[in-house]
Amino acid sequence: MCVGVPAKVVERDDYTAVVDVMGSTMTVGIIFVPEVKVGEYVIVHAGQAMSIIDEENAMLSIEEWRKIADARAVE
Amino acid sequence: MKNQRISLAHGDGGELAHNLIQDVFVQAFGHNDQARFDSAIIDAPSARLAVTTDSFVVKPIFFPGGNIGKIAIAGTVNDLAVSGAVPMYLTAAFIIEEGFKINDLKEIVRTMASEAEKANVRVIAGDTKVVERGSIDGLYINTTGVGFVDPDRTVNPEHIETGDSIIISGTIGDHGVAILGARGELGIKSDVNSDCAALNGLIDSILKNVDGVRIMRDPTRGGLATTLVEIAEDFQVTMEIVEEQIPIQKQVQGACDILGYDPLYLANEGKVIIIVKKENEAKVLELLKQHELGRDARVIGHITGKGKGHLHLKTGLGSTRRLNRLSGMMLPRIC
Amino acid sequence: MQELLSKFSDSTLSRKLLDKVQEAAEEFIRLNGRRPAFMEVCGSHTMALAQKGVKRALKDHVNLISGPGCPVCVTDQKSIDAMIKLAEGENRIICTFGDMIRVPGTEFSLMEAKLEGKDIRVVYSPPDAVKIAEENPDKEVIFLGIGFETTIPVLGVAIKEAMDRGVRNFSMWMTTKLVEPILRTLLETKELNIDGFILPGHVSIVLGKNDYQYLVDEYQVPGVISSFETVGMLGSIYKLIRQLLEGRVEIENNYSAVVTDEGNIETKKLINTFFKPVDEPWRGIGVIPDSGMDIREEYDRFNARKRFNITVGEPGKTKCRCGEIIRGLVTPEECPLFAKACTPSKPIGPCMVSSEGTCSAHYLYMREDS
Repeated sequence: MCVGVPAKVVERDDYTAVVDVMGSTMTVGIIFVPEVKVGEYVIVHAGQAMSIIDEENAMLSIEEWRKIADARAVE
Repeated sequence: MKNQRISLAHGDGGELAHNLIQDVFVQAFGHNDQARFDSAIIDAPSARLAVTTDSFVVKPIFFPGGNIGKIAIAGTVNDLAVSGAVPMYLTAAFIIEEGFKINDLKEIVRTMASEAEKANVRVIAGDTKVVERGSIDGLYINTTGVGFVDPDRTVNPEHIETGDSIIISGTIGDHGVAILGARGELGIKSDVNSDCAALNGLIDSILKNVDGVRIMRDPTRGGLATTLVEIAEDFQVTMEIVEEQIPIQKQVQGACDILGYDPLYLANEGKVIIIVKKENEAKVLELLKQHELGRDARVIGHITGKGKGHLHLKTGLGSTRRLNRLSGMMLPRIC
Repeated sequence: MQELLSKFSDSTLSRKLLDKVQEAAEEFIRLNGRRPAFMEVCGSHTMALAQKGVKRALKDHVNLISGPGCPVCVTDQKSIDAMIKLAEGENRIICTFGDMIRVPGTEFSLMEAKLEGKDIRVVYSPPDAVKIAEENPDKEVIFLGIGFETTIPVLGVAIKEAMDRGVRNFSMWMTTKLVEPILRTLLETKELNIDGFILPGHVSIVLGKNDYQYLVDEYQVPGVISSFETVGMLGSIYKLIRQLLEGRVEIENNYSAVVTDEGNIETKKLINTFFKPVDEPWRGIGVIPDSGMDIREEYDRFNARKRFNITVGEPGKTKCRCGEIIRGLVTPEECPLFAKACTPSKPIGPCMVSSEGTCSAHYLYMREDS
């Protein structure tokens, strides 16, 4: 439905930012995430940053999956 | 004038054409004895010849890691080398758009000469045509290559058998992403260099020292997946490659993620796929890794059976799926 | 962070989670005598599930049904014909996402129009088309605006840029689609038997988790918002099965790193500034009221539908079953054309063209070896 890629903000001005995806860079719009700071990660869709990735929540998700994966079978 | 440019008169066979050949081509390639006749006459070290031809129309003409001239030499040398031949002679034909900068042409031809020297091949015949502005995009080059087959060191695709190892000489998709970045059309920038390079030295060290090499191919247009599908179909074998083993530079993966491309289908210009019998896998890897162009070599999979001619990819989850050749062209997509 | 992100596709973790999903599914099968059936609404999920091998790994455990979330696939043939017909006019530059370029129209595709000499350009971002318009002031530049809620605000950005920069030769042909109306339609026609939805990740960035509460309140169907990596998708499927086993019906957010409860307010604001709901025809379904967005009257000058008079006849009939496939009623293998007359290099229906179309995903990633 909508390709979205995590990208790190390396520079920003009022309406655009330069983002880095594992070493490839691109200029994207940041009108939807005006509060974004350099160093944060965003999800980019069709040239616009759509959302800032919340590191804490990402970490919690991973922890949750680890727990499920490592849980012993109930029986 | 600082920026001298190619005019139609440079292609008419007269004075200007003569000067161009002297200043640009003879300067770089030297004037061989073979070139005193209308065709080059050469000695053959073996009775079996390998001949290949390729036309180069890459856009842009200059890109990170090379230019059209470098690919024109490397591409044809590689086609000879992967066939098991020793590349020796090349011809080069140039179709140039009126208005092309002579300095750019000089740089391209110099690159060709230095790549030819590195690859230990000689450019022994050539041709130049100039066409009206607008009828082509800058410069096209055709090269034809002649190599000789040493009967003692050949590849034997008919010996392919279950268990044989599939090796790639390095990271995939570098050329594709370098060109995408250089075109700048899609806004993506990367510091990835094209991998374009002549591989005959590398291949020579393998063929000289290892037997049991079944087949070699260079995965250019269509990428790794398309080339492997072709081998699978040509020789009716089924093969499996392992996703996690395939070497991909981070920047290449990043560019692919943004644009929705698959690196398995991106072009390479300096990589070789080697299928070799399992026992000699380690030896091939060792030789590849000693060479600058083979440092990132990996075993990426094996021949798993005969008959069907299918290529499978084992995913990180452990399940497999079939890979097909590239259909149509890759386009950036939103979904 | 990069390291953290890479854990979402970690294969050791994926394999362990796969075991857990299979275990949970087996329990469901023991209790119900059938596999749990989930619809992945989003086409990118269809593709990711197939490409990463999840569909094949779970084929005996979970019935994963592809939904209506591929914008090219759900666009009805007449709308596609109209967009392609735009290319026939003189002095026009048609800009499009790559997704549209090979979609077959009744007469021809945009790719074929390009071969005929028409100026068709693939752009990555809609504002790029505004730039092209600025550079070509003597041409009409038309962007083909397809997409769901994630893309609609980006289309709004293009209009905003054209306004800010005084570009007058730019317009957009909108055939966008919204998630809620199609999910309601699918649930109300009762053709479909599913136990839950894998909800789209990036659409949910815009919508937010709360926007899906109607699924629970009105239809008693659970849903889990999912990311696109193997770990995230397996986790979402696991959560859905757990809900069924525990008798819960909830919307869960399994993509909380980027999806919030309220969604992205900025995107919603921009959507409402430039667009208004409009009835949209869906392939194989018909017109669904207020199921898309069109440009508000105040911005008519950017509306290609108003600027250009395009009429197309009724599209020809083919045996293509895309209409049923996007509703999850048949699988691609049940279509007589699949992998025979219709392949990615010679597609007949849009589900085979779009890389995230169900047919394309099945063709590329899921054909059994026989």
